Amino acid sequence: MQTSTSWRSFRMAAWLGWLIESNWTDPFLFAVYSIVKPLSGAAILVIMYGIISGGNFNTPLFPYIYLGNAFYIYVGAVMTGVSWAVVDDREHYKTLKYMYIAPIYIPVYLLGRGVARFITGSIAVFITIAAGVLFLKVPLHFAEINWPLFLVTLILGVVMLALLGLLLAGITLTVARHEGFIGEATAGALYIFSGAVFPLDVLPAWIRPVGYFMPTTYWLELLRRSLVGNVAQAFPTLANFSNMEILGILLGLSIFFGLVSVWVFRYCDRLARERGLIDHTTNY
Amino acid sequence: MNPRNAKFISQENKMNFAVQSKYSRKDTGWRLFLKTIIARAYPRLIGQQREVSWLVFDVVMPMLAVIAYVLVYRALKAPEEYIGFVVMGGAMTAFWMNILWSMSSQLYWEKEQGNLALYIMAPNSMMAILLGMALGGMLATAMRAVAVTLLGSLMFGVTYEVISYFQLFSVFMLAMVALYGMGMMMASAFLLFGREAWHMANLAQEPIFLASGFYFPIKSLPFWVAAGASIIPLTLGMDAMRQLIFSSGIQFGFMTVRTEILILAVMSVVFVVTAKILLAYVEKIAVREGRITESRR
Repeated sequence: MQTSTSWRSFRMAAWLGWLIESNWTDPFLFAVYSIVKPLSGAAILVIMYGIISGGNFNTPLFPYIYLGNAFYIYVGAVMTGVSWAVVDDREHYKTLKYMYIAPIYIPVYLLGRGVARFITGSIAVFITIAAGVLFLKVPLHFAEINWPLFLVTLILGVVMLALLGLLLAGITLTVARHEGFIGEATAGALYIFSGAVFPLDVLPAWIRPVGYFMPTTYWLELLRRSLVGNVAQAFPTLANFSNMEILGILLGLSIFFGLVSVWVFRYCDRLARERGLIDHTTNY
Repeated sequence: MNPRNAKFISQENKMNFAVQSKYSRKDTGWRLFLKTIIARAYPRLIGQQREVSWLVFDVVMPMLAVIAYVLVYRALKAPEEYIGFVVMGGAMTAFWMNILWSMSSQLYWEKEQGNLALYIMAPNSMMAILLGMALGGMLATAMRAVAVTLLGSLMFGVTYEVISYFQLFSVFMLAMVALYGMGMMMASAFLLFGREAWHMANLAQEPIFLASGFYFPIKSLPFWVAAGASIIPLTLGMDAMRQLIFSSGIQFGFMTVRTEILILAVMSVVFVVTAKILLAYVEKIAVREGRITESRR
């Protein structure tokens, strides 16, 4: 029974999320909207790189930056996609209270709401990488890609990000007025600490341990290694670790953060119910 | 009569007198116009500062982008002036975000919350409301921009060498007038949007950061791309300011500072006048089509 409730919650939330994300305009404008933003973000980095390197895109640093930035789209999309559902339902549509009294499982419902952003994020990641390969000589060769490692890492990472999103959703439930910033601020901080667009060695030594504690650091490293192995391993940050060791660390940290997320969500959910915050609107 | 009742009646009379004398004088013309501007600027300038956590977020969010882009330049071993460009660009993002979310989208939010109809019903000028929004937003955002500049400069050791304070002041003020004029124009256009308003504002972030050269000199883009992006006043404003506050800034300039000042002055006039015309036109359409009170969630 529990399984069917969970599945129904997830399925309907995913469909609802997709409709909310996509039906505000015609498919063409929606496609443009989904593609232009991430491509512009990537183009800023490409131009910065191009100016300084004098247009030499054949160094190992370029694919490091480009692929890190491309896959980082998932962090913003999945993590904030899940947590934003609280803001959307509570403040905007004012339906969160109805969701709570409906026969659904709320954490699964919120995870389902992140699916739409995962889909649009996937399209953006694909197009960003394709543009890099076609126009900027990102050294991606299909025959040389370590597909099993790539797929395992991608799936594990998306699940980890969704659970981090649940953690943020829990915190979002208990705050008002700046709830929209929580996801963005966390994603922005992880962008720096995960070494998404620069090797962690560029960070001051005292702050690097924060990056080593973040699962996204290992996730991005493994994705790069699976796609352009010899290039990604050129950087000293995690050079001493084998792929399997990094995968083990990623799995361990994902389980740790997953458990913390579930605990935090349950705690915040109870707190929000006690304080009457489920239908709390601020008009901010 | 019971002495307590007499005291109460006396107090009530005094209050009525005070209220009547305060509100009996009807402001009209330019006095009403100015008062409307101040009234609409007040919540932006004073009210917004009361929410301290917003201040923190408004400074932290641009700082995260600044830190990330500075570290990218450090990883690339870029010359130090690029660090200064990023810090300045990061500070200016506060203004663009303010234009998108607190100017362009504002009338849309007001419509969603039911305030827009009240604005139109009240015997004041909608233009004064937009000007108040712009003035309050500009001053409040300036504080956040200064905070980002100070923090960024301290963190990364950025040094400035101002060539001409007068030109710098002129460029900044003209860029602000033109930018907020553009915001007023966009506010009118957003009035016609429904659910797509949020997405449109969201869409106009990264592409503008790219085209306007927030994190690199605009001269690096192809000429016609840079020329096209110059329709955003911050593009020329930042280009001129970079030339005026960094010792090697002139070599990265897209146009001369004088030319950019001239173009910004023209833009200021054109955008503010167009905003007035557009507002009147769009308000008429919105009233005719019954969009003033609609709420399409």
